[in-house]
Amino acid sequence: MSTPAREATRDAYGRALARLGAVEPRIVALDADLFRSTRTSLFAERFPDRFFEMGIAEQDMVSTAAGLAMAGKIAFANSFAVFITGRAFDQVRQQVALPALNVRLCGSSAGLTLGADGATHQSVVDVALMRSLPNMTVVVPCDGPETERAVEASLTHQGPIYLRLSRYETPAWTSDVTDFAIGKAIRLREGRDITIAACGVIMGEALAAAGLLAKKGISAEVLDVHTIKPLDTDALLASAAKTGRVLTVEEHSIIGGLGSAVCEAVAERAESRIPVRRLGIRDTFGESGTADELLELHRLTAPHIACEAEGLSGIRNP
Amino acid sequence: MITDEQCRELERQAKQIRLTLIRMMGSGKAHHFGGSLSCVEILTALYFYKMHYQEGEPGHDDRDRLILSKGHAVPTQYACLAALSVLKPEEVPSLKTLGSRLQGHPDVRKTPGLEAPTGSLGQGLSFANGLALAARLDGAAHRIYVLLGDGELDEGQVWEAAMTTAHYRLDNLTAFVDRNGLQAQGATEAMKRLDSVPAKWAAFGWNVLQCDGHDLSALCSALDEATAVRGQPSVIVARTVKGKGVSFLEGRYQYHNAALSAGEAARALEELEQRGTEHTD
Repeated sequence: MSTPAREATRDAYGRALARLGAVEPRIVALDADLFRSTRTSLFAERFPDRFFEMGIAEQDMVSTAAGLAMAGKIAFANSFAVFITGRAFDQVRQQVALPALNVRLCGSSAGLTLGADGATHQSVVDVALMRSLPNMTVVVPCDGPETERAVEASLTHQGPIYLRLSRYETPAWTSDVTDFAIGKAIRLREGRDITIAACGVIMGEALAAAGLLAKKGISAEVLDVHTIKPLDTDALLASAAKTGRVLTVEEHSIIGGLGSAVCEAVAERAESRIPVRRLGIRDTFGESGTADELLELHRLTAPHIACEAEGLSGIRNP
Repeated sequence: MITDEQCRELERQAKQIRLTLIRMMGSGKAHHFGGSLSCVEILTALYFYKMHYQEGEPGHDDRDRLILSKGHAVPTQYACLAALSVLKPEEVPSLKTLGSRLQGHPDVRKTPGLEAPTGSLGQGLSFANGLALAARLDGAAHRIYVLLGDGELDEGQVWEAAMTTAHYRLDNLTAFVDRNGLQAQGATEAMKRLDSVPAKWAAFGWNVLQCDGHDLSALCSALDEATAVRGQPSVIVARTVKGKGVSFLEGRYQYHNAALSAGEAARALEELEQRGTEHTD
């Protein structure tokens, strides 16, 4: 099957779930009155008996999903990222994470790229919330193929997963044959002067930044850190040891997400001092605008990333 | 239909559960005495009359499942599970101590026989709906029972869940409300008015039954009636007394979560020992 040139990760997710539903009878899906937007509709049409519409009740949905998982199902619970992680946080904490159940919390329309609906609907701390929970795995795919691989991998994973999905359409940076394993970062570009660790649908900006840097003679390595937890510390530190510096890029608050995870790993585990800079949302809420306007406003586009990387490259590694 | 002989046997069982509870919770340490004692007959009717449950086999696929949405009453469930040889009698006094399988609130990964992680209130019915939907999907015949507290009905999620049970017509699920009228800091009607609990559930699409929650014969009859209903979930609103069975604990919210002195614990045991097994209301 050929992958469209540009695609939102929510579309790839919906397609994968419907496809895998045919081979894995344990899959059930729940939604909270957003199934067309979350693309769970594709699964619902093919497997109506295994789809449960829960109404506008995310807390009830997450707890019900936990019960289904307790009974041996692989329960995919769907809503916008902001609601499934925020509104239902206590249900996730007590009934999903604590008993380590096979619930897949699928947070759709995540981040600033949700766009015009504004701050109330833009999830900017969802990864931080989920990452803080024991037993929770956090996956932020960057494109369609990676999303499909993540959904496939989730079927054999034991324990809960938060899967962050977006409505932002992006080209594919990985391919159907890229090796994917939960917890293993993927090197999308090899370099020697700086490591750019990025996740999610702004991967294209990180890769474009690496292109801009190359024109200035700076060789940037780009790591696709699709799994924020457990972090692939080995891959990260190996790259950092080679390049001597790390820039993180995420469409999420710089508090608690990929940037924080990388800082923690580098500070505690790196054998030499490695400077790290974090690009992301700087401890503010979002606002209405188009996805591209918001990425520009928050300095998350290629020229800004390249500028920050260039500055970091100039720092002498002590 | 329950026979007089069965009823007397259940009353003896309930008395033993209360004695185990007081021995388990002991003195000098805060425990949820009130809400644990108020649901003794409800759990006795379930575990020793209604539920399909094989002694010593908490993992049996066909077992009926009991979820304590009011997770703080889990000592009563521990006492029942000990009587069913799922827990060892000798581990019962380890309640809430470091390394014990008997956690302060239900932890499904630590304790055999527990079916749901609860404690943070309002979540048990939703979880139970998940178990009931899975059972229906699998064509399994086991039933799901849920016990809610009346104070817990303040939690909005209970009503989200109540809508779900009714919407999916989960007649393989039966809920109880332990209507003892008290919550942690006072009377339910003073904290936030509940008004008519039966009317609320009826309005949410449930078949509603009411009974004296300490009358084992009435509880068993209500359970038989509830589980015979098709196409609709049933709730049994059981009128109970918080702290039931120990005179100085009865009807006192102050013992929702409190410690007994050594003297009080001894007096409680003495009262329970002396108390007949006959229905005393």
